Amino acid sequence: MAVVTESSVNSAASNKVWRQEESTPFVEIKQVTKKFDDFAAVKNVSLDVYKNELFCLLGGSGSGKSTLLRMLAGFESPTSGEIIIDGVDMSGIPPWERPINMMFQSYALFPHLSVEANVAFGLKRQRIANVEVKRRVADIIDMVQLGHLAKRKPHMLSGGQRQRVALARALVKRPKLLLLDEPLGALDKKLREETQFELMRLQEELGITFIVVTHDQEEAMTLSTRIGVMDNGVIVQTAEPHQVYEFPSNRYVAEFIGNVNMFEGHVFSDERDCVIIQSDDVLGQIQVNHGISCVPNQKVAVAVRPEKIRISRTMPDSDKNRAQGKISDIAYMGGQSIFKVMLDSEKEIRVTQPNVARFIEDRLTWEDQVYVSWDPDSCVVLTS
Amino acid sequence: MRKRSWPLIIMAALGFLFLYLPIVVLIVFSFNESKLVTVWGGWSLKWYASLFSNQEIMDAAWVSLKIAVISASLASVLGTMTGFVLSRIPRFRGKTILSGWAMAPLVMPDVITGLSLLLLFVSMGSLFGWPAERGTTTVVIAHTTFCLAYVAVVVQSRLSTLDETLEEAAMDLGAKPSSLFFLITLPLIMPAIVSGWLLSFTLSLDDLVIASFVSGPGNSTLPMVIFSKVRLGITPEVNALATLMIVAVALSVLIALYIMRRQKRVVG
Repeated sequence: MAVVTESSVNSAASNKVWRQEESTPFVEIKQVTKKFDDFAAVKNVSLDVYKNELFCLLGGSGSGKSTLLRMLAGFESPTSGEIIIDGVDMSGIPPWERPINMMFQSYALFPHLSVEANVAFGLKRQRIANVEVKRRVADIIDMVQLGHLAKRKPHMLSGGQRQRVALARALVKRPKLLLLDEPLGALDKKLREETQFELMRLQEELGITFIVVTHDQEEAMTLSTRIGVMDNGVIVQTAEPHQVYEFPSNRYVAEFIGNVNMFEGHVFSDERDCVIIQSDDVLGQIQVNHGISCVPNQKVAVAVRPEKIRISRTMPDSDKNRAQGKISDIAYMGGQSIFKVMLDSEKEIRVTQPNVARFIEDRLTWEDQVYVSWDPDSCVVLTS
Repeated sequence: MRKRSWPLIIMAALGFLFLYLPIVVLIVFSFNESKLVTVWGGWSLKWYASLFSNQEIMDAAWVSLKIAVISASLASVLGTMTGFVLSRIPRFRGKTILSGWAMAPLVMPDVITGLSLLLLFVSMGSLFGWPAERGTTTVVIAHTTFCLAYVAVVVQSRLSTLDETLEEAAMDLGAKPSSLFFLITLPLIMPAIVSGWLLSFTLSLDDLVIASFVSGPGNSTLPMVIFSKVRLGITPEVNALATLMIVAVALSVLIALYIMRRQKRVVG
């Protein structure tokens, strides 16, 4: 066990190729725009994905993430811009000649073919000896643990089994790039979690580059090496999962991923390593320990995650980064509790606290007067 | 179990009676011993025997079957192509005209279809000498024309409910458009094509009006022979023949229904 952990830690560190200046991307999307009549579904998107990455395109419906995926697969062609995969320009190359396979959201299993025949379909389109086809099909079916169901038709399988057939069918040709459209969307919660780890294991084992489209931020967080957050046809931030969460580049990202409290305000003073923001939402000042490029009096918002806020009956020492209010609601979730606090400025914020102790004499309760506070390091200034 | 309500049962019974009583009477009378059609004279199979020894009817039945099989097959091929083009190519010049034309025979009175085809054949015959005379060929062409519409409609509706990602998945896995069609699309729409074929077969077998216009001497189809016989007075032979036709048609409709249902269960 110890060996496995160590090697995976090592590989995780060396895998961060996107941090190295000189590495060449495996998939290059260059200023791609896709218009349907007058409507631009994807607007001037540029994106590099590196070999062995598990890249997530995250966005709400209509954000253009699926259109981007379909352009990679070759079902749509870009109105302008170019897509280069492994050094080859993909324009004019039809789907059946691309070194890419896709797992569809609906799985798109051929209903008239058995599990085996579904998986073999792609191999049979190539000039591969029958024996070889059989062997590879059997291997991959075993790998997704469907050996006992090989002769069944898709309508005789459960949702989770269909998902694995779809995955096997997309992997059996050993594509350079695998596209997954909402791969876990149709599974229930428990199965979803299992499959997430299964996907990550397969990706690591086979060394295939994955691009996953999803609207589920949790899925994106657990699965991916990097996340590209899309909104309205544009990629608004590309970063590693923890960066997207801790350092969202704008309001949309902050609000789309996880919960966040936004305090509106304006720049009071801008020093070398910190910014002081005057905010009416907290009836005071907020200090943020990172520099931003801003002008005095510029309107900004400060984002603070609910779990980074402390809640107490006693007044905090610092006169910044704090506010006073009244508990308006409590939700007990087992591992943690969510408090809604109505600040004196009439702004309601959300605070989550882990339930560390089992018995608390003087538990916080409804209508309690409390102080909320947070560190200058745990908030982010958003200018857009 | 819900309590049965009498009004519903009565309504259903009336409906069944209205639809099936004539057919039941016909079938019963086909086993009539008596020479008079309307007088019951006991059970007998003699009209079936005399039917099979009637050369004129047997010839006409053979002609009809031949025409029905050939034109249903031609209509299935052409209709599938039409349905495919109409549902898979989003926009092209003349699409509205094509789809309108494909639907037209469904609503066009047979008399007009027959008449216009007759005019076409006659003028073609005098222009380039083909078809020289009207016969089996012209009936086949005429039947193909109007059956094609039915096949096209059935195939088109099947294609429009077919999940297009199946075709995309096949392309993604390396299938070129031709193998995509034969390996994925065709097997999936096959039930629609088969039921289109059966529908065409019955329609062709059943047609009197169009065939009367475009068939030539010595090529009378079964409905034409029956109709001419009926005008001279019905013989119980005709009842026997009609019974056999009902059985044939009912059988093919049942097969079509069965195939459609099985497909629905598999494809969902």
